[in-house]
Amino acid sequence: MDAVRPGAADDVIATCGLTKRYRGGQLAVDGLDLTVPAGSVFGFLGPNGSGKTTTIRMLMGLIEPTSGTARVLGRPMPRAARTVLPQVGALIEGPALYGHLCGRDNLLRYDAADPTADPRTRRARVAGALDRVGLAAAADKRARAYSLGMKQRLGLAAALLRPRRLLVLDEPTNGLDPQGMREIRTLIRELAADGTTVFLSSHLLDEIEQVCTHAAVMARGRLLAQGAMTELAAGARDRLVVSTPDPADAARVLKEQGVADVTTDGGQVTGEPPAKDLAEVNAALVAAGVRVRGFTLRRASLEDAFMALTGEGSDVAG
Amino acid sequence: MSRADAGDAAAVHRPLWTLGLLRSELLTTLRRRRTLVLLGVLAAVPVLVGVAVKIQTRRGGSSGGGAGPAFLGEVTGNGLFLVFTALAATLPFFLPMAVGVVAGDALAGEAGAGTLRYLLVAPAGRTRLLLVKYATVAVFCLLSTLVVAASALLTGALLFPLGDLMTISGTGISFADGLLRALLIALVVAASLLGVASLGLFVSTLTDSGIAAMATTVGLVVTAQILDQFPQLDAVRPYLFSHYWMSFADLMRDPVYWHDLTRDLGLQALYAGVFGSAAWARFTTKDITA
Ligand SMILES: Nc1ncnc2c1ncn2[C@@H]1O[C@H](COP(=O)(O)OP(=O)(O)O)[C@@H](O)[C@H]1O
Ligand SMILES: [Mg+2]
Repeated sequence: MDAVRPGAADDVIATCGLTKRYRGGQLAVDGLDLTVPAGSVFGFLGPNGSGKTTTIRMLMGLIEPTSGTARVLGRPMPRAARTVLPQVGALIEGPALYGHLCGRDNLLRYDAADPTADPRTRRARVAGALDRVGLAAAADKRARAYSLGMKQRLGLAAALLRPRRLLVLDEPTNGLDPQGMREIRTLIRELAADGTTVFLSSHLLDEIEQVCTHAAVMARGRLLAQGAMTELAAGARDRLVVSTPDPADAARVLKEQGVADVTTDGGQVTGEPPAKDLAEVNAALVAAGVRVRGFTLRRASLEDAFMALTGEGSDVAG
Repeated sequence: MSRADAGDAAAVHRPLWTLGLLRSELLTTLRRRRTLVLLGVLAAVPVLVGVAVKIQTRRGGSSGGGAGPAFLGEVTGNGLFLVFTALAATLPFFLPMAVGVVAGDALAGEAGAGTLRYLLVAPAGRTRLLLVKYATVAVFCLLSTLVVAASALLTGALLFPLGDLMTISGTGISFADGLLRALLIALVVAASLLGVASLGLFVSTLTDSGIAAMATTVGLVVTAQILDQFPQLDAVRPYLFSHYWMSFADLMRDPVYWHDLTRDLGLQALYAGVFGSAAWARFTTKDITA
């Protein structure tokens, strides 16, 4: 599972050995080689604390990498921030707003901070962005009075003030209800259909599965895998699933038969099938007196791939 | 290591954009309730002083009599003196405290709220943003001083007679000349606050907590004022940003006595240079993680 197209000229994000050690000594990102192809909806998946936000901060020029390089839209970051960032919309670690300003004035301010934004079209673009995230009715309300979901939408609206080549969304559905999550997913699909590359970080596998064409999996600051979703799922091995009222005996026999990574869950024993004919494995179970209710080979899903990559899976498989 | 500012190609950057950002910054600052409260307090001080003087003279007592801020004794004779009295009363603490709050909050407050990262990815550019913040704090120095002066002038005109006046040197000048000197004094007072402003902005680059930066800056103002009381510290005192503050009164001499005034303005320029550079060095290389 290597880079999709290593070094391709139209890669929207390309990092090489990107590393960040915070001042406290915490190694947050460790030798990251990330390749995000143009036009993809790229899922950046990893449990909390795996270094997703740190990577995004480096890509956006907010923090200096300890070592390694990052290119965004073909240009080096953070050096080319002034030319790159106007073409990038970003939601980083949740929205941040001026509580004493209304939603509209928040967007007017963020747009005024963009040196390439045309002040003559500012009001119209702000109104358009508010409309797009469904906040037009609350535009004149102080942001302090917004709900978490509304703040998240306003943050998204700020990222959509202008047509962007790249959208970087760091956990955009955090704090949203299922309806809000659906709306965000719909929005992401619309934007992708317009040709915007979307870089979406999440600790939720199913969120990534639902919208992404490509993904990368992070754990403890390291990149475990990246590629097209189909490739990633294919990389996971199928699992042998045995249903039985005698799980302890079954597990023992399966291990004897060369089945790896045997786990028992109630009346189900699963493991990685060995290289030999599975009929022999089944015969061995029966010969040992294990009562077998079911004996199947389960096709690998992305979740299996993810579990295999991140180890136990801990809190990540949402 | 200047980070976000080394644009390596000429994208369609709009030349007047910095002014648009400054306008946005001023509006954002002036619409904060904190700013309005500070300006309100500053506007109230001359009213209180004026009313107190009025009440005291009604009772037949001679106002002032040596104690109290400069020019207090002259107020009953000419309301214009309330401008000088009010500035002399607010310059030691109220004005620098207000400036310290606004300057300390300028970057640390945005960092704490998280809005700083969005301004930087907009991308405002670190040097530009710092300059815009600096300009905004400088405008606030002028605005807060003018609020005190205007409130004093209004109160003085309402409560006391106006007319020709006497300088400290004992020569008479016309009311128009006095008004001009009042304006000049307001400008000098505003400029005298630039040292605190620079210090506050530097402190503001050091932390992600607006409250901490505000408290530190105000604490430094108080400390400087206290240190300036000790004759034992003569070697240090001339370098305290507040040391020559009261020199503005020398504009009321005839001829104007420039020695301390130029010392004051030079000292403010020194602080602006030193702490402005320090703020720039810090802010352009800082990791923005809040
Ligand atoms: N400002 C910081 N200073 C020190 N350590 C940090 C800082 N921000 C994050 N970390 C640490 O870096 C690691 C990665 O964090 P982060 O990038 O926020 O992960 P994620 O976004 O995937 O949850 C974590 O162990 C976190 O504690
Ligand atoms: Mg995060």
